Amino acid sequence: MILSYTHTETKPMLNRPLNFAATQPALPSLKTATKRSSFLTIEGVSKVYPTRKGPYTVLQDVNLTVDQGEFICVIGHSGCGKSTLLNMVSGFANPSSGDVLLQGQRITKPGPDRMVVFQNYALLPWRTAFENVYLAVNAVHPHKSQAEKRAIVRDHLAMVGLSEAADKKPPQLSGGMRQRVSIARALAIRPQVLILDEPFGALDAITKEELQEELLKIWNEHRCTVLMITHDIDEALFLSDRLVMMTNGPAATIGEVMEIPFPRPRDRALIMEDPHYYTLRNQALDFLYHRFAHDDE
Amino acid sequence: MTVNTVRNAGANPLGLLSNFWRKQAPNIIPPVLGVLGFLTIWQICSSSGLTRLPGPLSVVTDERTRTLLMYPFYDLGGLDKGLFWQTLASLGRVAQGYSLAALVGISVGILVGTQPLVNKALDPLFQFLRMVAPLAWVPIALVALQQNQPAAIFVIFVTSVWPILINTAEGVRQIPDDYNNVAKVLQLSRKEYYLNILLPAALPYIFTGLRIAIGLAWLAIIAAEIVMSGIVGIGFFIWDAYQQNYVSEIILAVAYIGAVGLLLDRAMAYLQKVIAPTEQK
Repeated sequence: MILSYTHTETKPMLNRPLNFAATQPALPSLKTATKRSSFLTIEGVSKVYPTRKGPYTVLQDVNLTVDQGEFICVIGHSGCGKSTLLNMVSGFANPSSGDVLLQGQRITKPGPDRMVVFQNYALLPWRTAFENVYLAVNAVHPHKSQAEKRAIVRDHLAMVGLSEAADKKPPQLSGGMRQRVSIARALAIRPQVLILDEPFGALDAITKEELQEELLKIWNEHRCTVLMITHDIDEALFLSDRLVMMTNGPAATIGEVMEIPFPRPRDRALIMEDPHYYTLRNQALDFLYHRFAHDDE
Repeated sequence: MTVNTVRNAGANPLGLLSNFWRKQAPNIIPPVLGVLGFLTIWQICSSSGLTRLPGPLSVVTDERTRTLLMYPFYDLGGLDKGLFWQTLASLGRVAQGYSLAALVGISVGILVGTQPLVNKALDPLFQFLRMVAPLAWVPIALVALQQNQPAAIFVIFVTSVWPILINTAEGVRQIPDDYNNVAKVLQLSRKEYYLNILLPAALPYIFTGLRIAIGLAWLAIIAAEIVMSGIVGIGFFIWDAYQQNYVSEIILAVAYIGAVGLLLDRAMAYLQKVIAPTEQK
């Protein structure tokens, strides 16, 4: 593992909510000295893919720091490298240059501390909802007793309202229910960072709003750091603390980061009545459809 | 129409029967008519002297063959056994060779499917060897193994292993990235990955291979036994009957072979339906 240099002005980690850290499984201890106190750092990151026509730069010089417990949404036109950026946090891709650091340690490969809710759910169709979640819990807590592990699974299925459907297999579940299982699986292993790649993109509007509210409720209770890709400005405004807007590719980067100051817990109806909501919404729309309008849209 | 006369049956078991008949008649009548038509044309051809091959009725009219038909379980020692025992001996060999093929085919298939380098090294060899006909393996097996019994089992093995191996490897390669990504993010151990993701995901492909292979294995045993002399088995039985010109015995034995082959294929199809249903997405 690559450790950063010990600087003289090294500060201890500040404001780490203990309730969350206490529930952490036996993950590698991250108490080593860090360069900076931020939780997740994306620093000068570029991603270049070699192609037949020469190198293709997807991302160029991306910088972002995320505090622990923050809810970040990433928005941008398709092909702007949002997924590539999040893949470098989850560890499925490595940056061509620059660093992605979680608590000062470079991310090199996927791990359960950065759990992903995949775009198409990625549930195993031959396992029931319960067994799908159990697979994850069992992988992360191999030494817990079976009764404990089953209790964790049951709690998390109940949390997403799926106690009834626990013994059904994914092909028997609706899209919304599958995504709930996927979210339950991700939360059941108590990740430090939860990565969601357009989780609600394939769902109908009503299911989508329900799931947004459930996700927010669960997040309010657990406060893990969330990185979420979305195409939906309203979704981002409702859920996130900060909205990261990407410029168009190739060589995309972060164009603007918008603070979303609405107090939590949030109420959709109240937010929608706030005039500031429309200021922010117009600002985001302006960014996406005027300043960085997609060529073919 | 026969359907009308049966429909009036009032009693409960009969009623059930008529119900079954009404539903299944369209599935039963055409194949029965097809088979009867085929046998009739065959019988006419041989009765009219168009071919020297005896008609299907000879199975009953020929006295030796009738004995074989009526007493499949007789055992007079040595090679003189009823057709049931002959078939069973062949099936035993198929079971051994096929089990070996399944074991080797699935394990090597997984290796080849997960290791692209091994695949590159071995694929040309596999593609070449699988084109070799079962009969061509017989002399090689006899020279290499010296004895009839192991040679027959080797011929089964070498004929049926390729579809299992190639389908397993393909099944492993076709595992959706999503499933592998779940394994990666959860950092599943190798054993957990094999048991919980690789095997279940590749199972439909493995079963396709197993089902193709069972048919090939049965074809191969007949071919192998025909060439290997002096063993109990339905293949050698046919060869023996041919040498002594008992043609109707051959016809009866062929009916056994066809029926057993059909049963083996149905059994595999049933297993596939139970263990790896295709309704999975």
